[in-house]
Amino acid sequence: MSTTALLMTYSFVVLAMMLSTWQRLGLERDLVVGTLRATVQLLAVGYVLQLVFNLKDWPFMVLMIGVMTVVAAYNASRRGRELPAIFIKVLVAIGAAEIMALGLTLGLGIVEPTPQFVIPLSGMFIGNAMVASSLLLNSLRREIISHRAEIIVALSLGATARQAVSESLRRAVRASSIPIVDGLKTVGLVQLPGMMTGLIIGGASPIDAVRYQLLIMFALAAVMAFTSIILSFLVYPALFTPAHQLIER
Amino acid sequence: MSGKPLIELIDVWKYRHLESGTVPTLQQISASVENGSLITLVGPSGAGKSTLLWLLNRLEDPDRGEIRLRGRSIKEIDVLGLRREVGLVLQQPVMLPGTVKDNILYGPRLKGAGEREVDAAQLLSDVGLSPSLLDRDAGKLSGGQRQRVALARTLANRPRVLLLDEVTSSLDPQSTARIENLIIRLNREKNITVLWVTHNLKQALRVGREAWILVDGKLVEAGTLPGVFLHPQNALAGAYISGKLEGVEEH
Repeated sequence: MSTTALLMTYSFVVLAMMLSTWQRLGLERDLVVGTLRATVQLLAVGYVLQLVFNLKDWPFMVLMIGVMTVVAAYNASRRGRELPAIFIKVLVAIGAAEIMALGLTLGLGIVEPTPQFVIPLSGMFIGNAMVASSLLLNSLRREIISHRAEIIVALSLGATARQAVSESLRRAVRASSIPIVDGLKTVGLVQLPGMMTGLIIGGASPIDAVRYQLLIMFALAAVMAFTSIILSFLVYPALFTPAHQLIER
Repeated sequence: MSGKPLIELIDVWKYRHLESGTVPTLQQISASVENGSLITLVGPSGAGKSTLLWLLNRLEDPDRGEIRLRGRSIKEIDVLGLRREVGLVLQQPVMLPGTVKDNILYGPRLKGAGEREVDAAQLLSDVGLSPSLLDRDAGKLSGGQRQRVALARTLANRPRVLLLDEVTSSLDPQSTARIENLIIRLNREKNITVLWVTHNLKQALRVGREAWILVDGKLVEAGTLPGVFLHPQNALAGAYISGKLEGVEEH
């Protein structure tokens, strides 16, 4: 895409701002900030990626994945601010999911171990692990609030914290996996996924694009399940005292 | 009965933390329970009766003071074993997911026991329900049925101490009488110690040999029945008893 063409894309933002002014939506400021941030962040990432691709250097690649994981963990852990050491727990869950997904993708020889594949794939794995973490923390909170009485009954009958909360954990993990499972069922029928669209616009054949998309979707299903299961096991002990008492929050 | 009391409460305090500040729900509770006794706990709503049962089952711990079972602080006893031995029937008869049988066998199954060790049908008929309910979805039971299943569920753990929190509040007089007789029988024949929270003073008179009267988190009066209701020494206890006995519904 030429620079002139790139500049022309801002006409979409101008159009949105005109609509906002006309309808007094008050979105102009957010639109300007959002547009500037998107431009700066994506251009910066573009240059960093180009640099890493040219260097073909493993330490740089690992550093970049590390930064992505930390940022993702920071973002997702804000959903569980009241829980102790939540950042570390989310970091471990997202990191484990990334290692699992990337390990399988590279280990089975599905893609080449080059920055061109490793960085964008990691971005998708980590990004989805972040979404899974946020969803899990949200649904776990809802579960504990709405099933508090059941948990208390189970504890009063001699259940351990783990036994008392197992149903709630299962429901929370299931709830946080629904988006990706629904996505698997409707992909291609309702919308073409962004990555596939990008590949096709970039000149890849639709068949090739579909193959990569399938890899992504299947890997993401595993990433979502893996992240939420690990995180649920890391988080639930903080809801109880060592004497198996549910902590009031 | 001579020797050490079964349960001792030593200067027990419990606070609630509200946005407006910290308020005591139990204050300065010191009392003892002899093995094999049947004590009813009465008092106005919010007096701390339920909280006291929660502390004995260790769903919560006191903020100050100590609770002892057979002379040992309950904090030194394995909490999972304690909760089986000192069984609690909560005020809200919440059912766990699954059938009535799943609910009754929940406690035994946690320890690897099952239908061979525990006769769920017998427990169900003990509380006045038909064994045909065993395979019914517990979530579809009526309030009164849930209350009785909750009692059977706690009894399945074979507790030595039974903590009952308003366990007949949704029952008709006939079912209430059946539960009262069951508890009295368990107390007399199996020497199970019972602490029974009730708002119904006539029930307390029917079932209890002793009563504790709690007002505003304090144990204001404790003694044998019916004397403690007829001649309370404490003014707060007297006011509560006289107000309550006049308007009490016939059960």
